Amino acid sequence: MSDSTAVAHGAAADAHHEHPPYQRHHFETIAQQNDATNFAMWLFLLTEIMFFGGLFTAYLIYRNWYYPAFVASSHQLDIFWGSLNTLLLITSSFTMAMGVWCAELRKKSGLVLCLVLTFILGLGFLGVKTVEYREKWEKHHIPGLHFSVQSFVNPASDPEVHDKYPNDQPLSMDMARHTELYFFLYFAMTGMHAVHMIIGIAILGFMILRAQAGAYTTGHVTFVENFGLYWHFVDIVWIFLFPLLYLISRH
Amino acid sequence: MSDTIVVLPDQSTARIPKMNYLSKENGLLSWLLTGDHKRIAILYLISISFFFFIGGALAGLIRLELLTPQSDLMATDTYNKVFSMHGIIMIFFFLVPSVPATIGNFFIPMMIGAKDLALPKINLLSWYLYMAAGMLALYTMMSGGVDTGWTFTTPLSTHYVNTHVLTTGMAVFIAGFSSIFTGLNFIVTIHKMRAPGMTWFRLPLFVWSNYAASILMVLGTPVLAIAIVLLALERTVGIGVFDPTKGGDPLLFQHLFWFYSHPAVYIMILPGMGVISEVVSTFSRKRVFGYTAVAFSSVAIAVFGFFVWAHHMFIMGISNYAVLVFSLLTMLVAVPSAIKIFNWAFTLYKGSITFETPMLYAFGFMGLFTIGGMTGVFLGASGTDIHLTETYFIVAHFHFVMVGGMLMAFLAGIHFWWPKMTGRMYPEKISQLAAVVTFIGFNLTFFPQFILGTLGMPRRYASYPPEFQVLNVFSTAGATILGVGYLLPVLYLTWSLKYGAIAGNNPWQATGLEWQVQSPPLTENYPEIPIMDHEAYDYDWLERQKEKEVASVG
Amino acid sequence: MTVNQHEETPEEHEQHHHIVSPKIYLIILLSLLVGTAATVWASFIDLGPFNPIIALAIACTKAVLVVLFFMHVKYSSKLTKLTVGAGFFTFLVLIGMTLADYFTRAWGRW
Repeated sequence: MSDSTAVAHGAAADAHHEHPPYQRHHFETIAQQNDATNFAMWLFLLTEIMFFGGLFTAYLIYRNWYYPAFVASSHQLDIFWGSLNTLLLITSSFTMAMGVWCAELRKKSGLVLCLVLTFILGLGFLGVKTVEYREKWEKHHIPGLHFSVQSFVNPASDPEVHDKYPNDQPLSMDMARHTELYFFLYFAMTGMHAVHMIIGIAILGFMILRAQAGAYTTGHVTFVENFGLYWHFVDIVWIFLFPLLYLISRH
Repeated sequence: MSDTIVVLPDQSTARIPKMNYLSKENGLLSWLLTGDHKRIAILYLISISFFFFIGGALAGLIRLELLTPQSDLMATDTYNKVFSMHGIIMIFFFLVPSVPATIGNFFIPMMIGAKDLALPKINLLSWYLYMAAGMLALYTMMSGGVDTGWTFTTPLSTHYVNTHVLTTGMAVFIAGFSSIFTGLNFIVTIHKMRAPGMTWFRLPLFVWSNYAASILMVLGTPVLAIAIVLLALERTVGIGVFDPTKGGDPLLFQHLFWFYSHPAVYIMILPGMGVISEVVSTFSRKRVFGYTAVAFSSVAIAVFGFFVWAHHMFIMGISNYAVLVFSLLTMLVAVPSAIKIFNWAFTLYKGSITFETPMLYAFGFMGLFTIGGMTGVFLGASGTDIHLTETYFIVAHFHFVMVGGMLMAFLAGIHFWWPKMTGRMYPEKISQLAAVVTFIGFNLTFFPQFILGTLGMPRRYASYPPEFQVLNVFSTAGATILGVGYLLPVLYLTWSLKYGAIAGNNPWQATGLEWQVQSPPLTENYPEIPIMDHEAYDYDWLERQKEKEVASVG
Repeated sequence: MTVNQHEETPEEHEQHHHIVSPKIYLIILLSLLVGTAATVWASFIDLGPFNPIIALAIACTKAVLVVLFFMHVKYSSKLTKLTVGAGFFTFLVLIGMTLADYFTRAWGRW
C-alpha cells in the first residue's frame, strides 16, 4: 500500500511567476506581501502599547497616592517647552503622512522634502528634551543619589518656579520625598519615548537617502507606510504624556 | 482489526527522498543563515532540548537535597539558587518556546498550505535572540545565578539580595522578545497566508491553539519586559518605584509581572492542547468532536487568561475586593479548558482507538492535566488558596499541568511528527516503554507533593520537618524514574535518524495537509499552493485520496 | 492541485487604492493644534475633578484622529480595526484592573 503523494507539476513549477523583484518567494502576490507586512507592523505597535502600558499604570497609581507631590513636581516643568514639543511632534506627524501621500503619488522630491521636514522636526523635539533634561540635572531633580527635595520643601528657594506659582505651599518632608517618584516616571516615560524617537530618526535618515535614490516612488510604498505607522504611534504616546506630565494642575 | 494504524512503505525499496529541506543545502552557514522555517524549527528543537536537560539536572539537585529533612547537600542559599534557575530555565527557555518554536514553526505553514512563515528573517532573529538569552542565562547561572525564585518578587529582588538579578532579568527580557516575534509571525501567517479554500474553520485545531497562544505572546510579554526594566532601574538607580521607604509599592511589580506570567501559563499549555487535538483525532480515526467549541475555547482561554492574574497575589496584600473579583474570574477561565477535555473524550467515544506512542502520551496528558486543572480550581477559590499557597500543593499543581500536561503533549507532538520531520520512524516498543515509565515516574514524583502541601510543607525551603521525609523520598524516587523516562527518547530518537524505518509520506494515515507530501518535506513545502476543498479531519476524503492516488516516480 | 492567485478582497482593494487627500491631513493637523491649545488653556482653569477628565478626553480625541486618519485606520480592513481595538482593550484591562486593586484597598474590610 503506497502513500498518496503530491503530484508535482514539473513544468509549471519551473515556470517563474511574474512578480516584482521586491516580492519574496513565499508570497503568492505582492498584495499579499504588503498586507502581511502592514499587519505585522500593527502587531508590533500592539506590543509597544502594552510596553508603555506598564508605565502608565505606575503613573496613575502614584499620581493618585501622592497628588500634591505630583502637582508640585509638574510645576517644575516648563509648559512652554512642553507645548512646543507637542506642536513639533504633531506637525512632524503631518509631514510624515504627507510623505506617505507623496510616495503613493510617486512624487520623489515631495517625499524627500516631507521626510527631511519630519527629520528636522524630530531633531527639534529631541533638542528641546535635551534642554529640559539639562535643567533637571542642574536642579538635582534626577532620581537617584543626588535627588534634592529642596525646591519642594522650600519653594522660595526656587524663584524661577515660585514666581509662576506663588500659591504653591511647601510640602512636608514626607510628601516632598515622593516627588522623586514623579521624576522617575517623568524620565522613564519621556526617556522611553525619546529612545523610540531616536530610533525613528535614525531610520528616517536611512529613508531619506533611499528616497532620494528613488526606492519608494516606483509603486512600492510599504516601507514608508509602515514607518509612518511607527512614527504616528510615537506621536500618540506623546499626546498622552503631555497632559499627564505637564498639565496636572496649572491653576 | 489491527492494533496499529501505522502504514509504512516497503522497507526493501523505500528511500528518503533525495530532494528535501535537509539535503537542499549543506554547511554550517546554510543552517545559521537559513530562512527556512523547518530548519529554524530543528535549530530550536536542539537548543530547547539542551536547556531542558540543564533544567532537569537542576531538578535532580532539588530532589536530591530534599531526600533528607536537613539542608545537608547544599547551603540554603545555594538551594535557593538551584530552584530559581530551575524555574527560569524550564519556563522561559523550555516550556514557552517548546511547541510553538519547534512543531509550530515547522508545521503551521504546512498546515495552512503556505511556503513559509510571513517573516522568515524575523523567525531567524527569534532563534538568535533565544540563543543569546540562553547563553546569558547560563553564564549568569555559572557565576552564581539568582536566588529570588523565578518570580523575582520585590522588594527581595530589588533591595535584599546580592545575586545576579540584573543579568538574569536581561536574559529573560531578551527571551521575551524572541517569544514576541514568534507569536507575531504566527498571527500574520495564519491571517494572511492560508491557501485558497482554507477557511478558518477548516484549519487544524493545532493552528487555532497556536494562534490563541500567539495573541497572548504579543499582548502579554511586553508587560513582563517593562516589569523587568523597572526592576533593573530600581536595583541600579534606586528610583523608588517598588520601594516602600520612598513611597513605592512592591506589589506594583507583582501586578506587572503576573499580568504576563499568568497568560504565560496559557502560552505554555495551549499549543500542547493543539497537539492533543491532532493526536486524539488521528489515533481514534475520528474528527474532533465539537470542532467549533474547541476552536473558540482556545480563543476564550486566551481572552479570559488576561483577567485573572491576581490569583497569584491573594496573600500579598491586594484589597479584599480584588481578591473576590479575581477569584470569581478564575473560576470562569477553567471552563474553556474543561470544554476541551470533554470534546477529546467524546472524540474517543466510538472511535477506533490504537495505542501508538503519541496516543499514550495523549492519554497521559488528558488524565494528568485534568487532575492539575482541577487542583487549580481549589487554588482559584481564595478561601482554600490562603492555606495552600506557597506550599507543595502549588508545586504539585503546576507540575501536573506543566509536566504531566504540557511536557507530555510536547513529547506526543515530537513522536507524532517525527516521521514527517526526519523521514524516519522511531522504534515503537521502546518509545511506548518510555511513555509508560514517564507516566509512572511522574505520578510517583508529584502526587506525594499534593499531600505534602495539604500537610503544610512550604515550598522553596531546603529543609523541612522530619515527618515529611517519607513522602519526599517517594518523590525523589519518582524523579529518578522520570529522568530515565526522559532520557530514553533522546537516545532512541537520535538512533532513529540513522536506523529508523523509512516512514513514507503518511505513516499515521492522518488527514492534515502536511501528511500529503513527502517526508522530509521539500524546502518550499508545496511546489504549487494546494487548494483546500475538504473539512478538517475528513477521513472519508483520505479514503478517496488513497483510491485515486498515483504512485510517485523515484 | 493547481497554482492560485491570491484573490483580492474588496477591503484590500480599497486599502491599496484609497489615498487620503492632503486636505484631510491638513484639517486633522489643525484639529490637533486646536486640541493642544484647548488642553493647555483648560489646565489653567480650576475645574475641580474635571480637569484630568477634560485633559484625557482631549488627548483621547487627538489620538483617535491620528489613528483614524494619519494611520489610515478609517480606510483600513476590519482586521486592522479589530487589531487596534484589541490593543487598546488589553491596555485598558491592564490599567483598569490594576487600579481597581489600588482604589479598593482603602475600602477596608467588608
